Amino acid sequence: MLSWLTVILACQLAGELIVKAAGLPVPGPVAGMVLLFCGLVIRRGIPGGLQRVGDALLANLSLLFVPAGVGVMLHARLIGKDWLPISVALIASTALTIAVTALLMAWLNRLGTHREAPEEGGDR
Amino acid sequence: MHSVRDIWVYLSASPLLNLTLTLAAFQLGAFVYERAGRNPLLNPVLLAVAMIVAVLMATDTPYTTYFDGAQFVHFLLGPATVALAIPLYRQLDRVRRSGPALIASIAAGSLTACGSAMGIAWGLGASRDVVISIAPKSVTAPVAMGISEQLGGLPSLTAVLVILTGILGAMIGPGILNLLRISDWSARGVAIGTASHGIGTARAFQVNEVAGAFSGLAMGLNALATALLLPLLWKLF
Repeated sequence: MLSWLTVILACQLAGELIVKAAGLPVPGPVAGMVLLFCGLVIRRGIPGGLQRVGDALLANLSLLFVPAGVGVMLHARLIGKDWLPISVALIASTALTIAVTALLMAWLNRLGTHREAPEEGGDR
Repeated sequence: MHSVRDIWVYLSASPLLNLTLTLAAFQLGAFVYERAGRNPLLNPVLLAVAMIVAVLMATDTPYTTYFDGAQFVHFLLGPATVALAIPLYRQLDRVRRSGPALIASIAAGSLTACGSAMGIAWGLGASRDVVISIAPKSVTAPVAMGISEQLGGLPSLTAVLVILTGILGAMIGPGILNLLRISDWSARGVAIGTASHGIGTARAFQVNEVAGAFSGLAMGLNALATALLLPLLWKLF
């Protein structure tokens, strides 16, 4: 367990270093996620210990947002002042994103099955 | 009375009190959420935040003091983000099969989410801080906060907007998809995961297994897509 936790922290650390050194526009932990993903692809499987550590971290993922969420008390004035643009932007943008993504994915899937229909499992 | 005050002064200076408060409030929130049949309006994070803010305001505790204790929980967001590689890897076969369609839809969804949120907020006269902080609202919170910080937004404001977006997507998503007559479960899942990350994914899993798997996958890929695309979009904005 401890050694796999170390691997996860090391991925994050390496991610932070790469992002800083190369001036990449992604957060360090995301670079760490890509590193770990590449490691799993190379290794062709998820080690049991890593699976357990990952499950433990992700099982209570929403708890981890709480300390940052409480930071809302620092911005109460800002939110109070801009409540209208915030509410409209959240509702309209969420609805629009769902519609655009679903329509495109459904259309591309239909396109793909039509093209692939003659020879099953043809490579792309 | 004097000794009670001494104990309070001692406790409020120690990180233990606020760490315990964070865990207890979240568990109370989760209990209420379960009891209410997982009503998306009673999101446990939202309940926990409301309870903690009420306690801090009642005891006149500044956020920095609270964060001295809560930072131990907050720190785990980084390793948890790295660990998202594990569920993503589990979906590797599925990604390979519908790869191009998946990548195109998620990239389009990511740009729609950021562009429309920033555009609407800016158009309705929101301040610059709000416009930046709302941009990554559809991305899972640990990544969204990282993006927000990088662009000069307010990560804690982003966290709250992300949670609200998740609740909204879980509430209105199925209705919109029915209205558009989308019956393809993979498309429904991808749309919910792209627009409303983990909270939407939890809802998708309750409805359909395939939709849930695609939603989780879309959440991970959208985090990556937005982390790459948003800084570019921001330069154009």
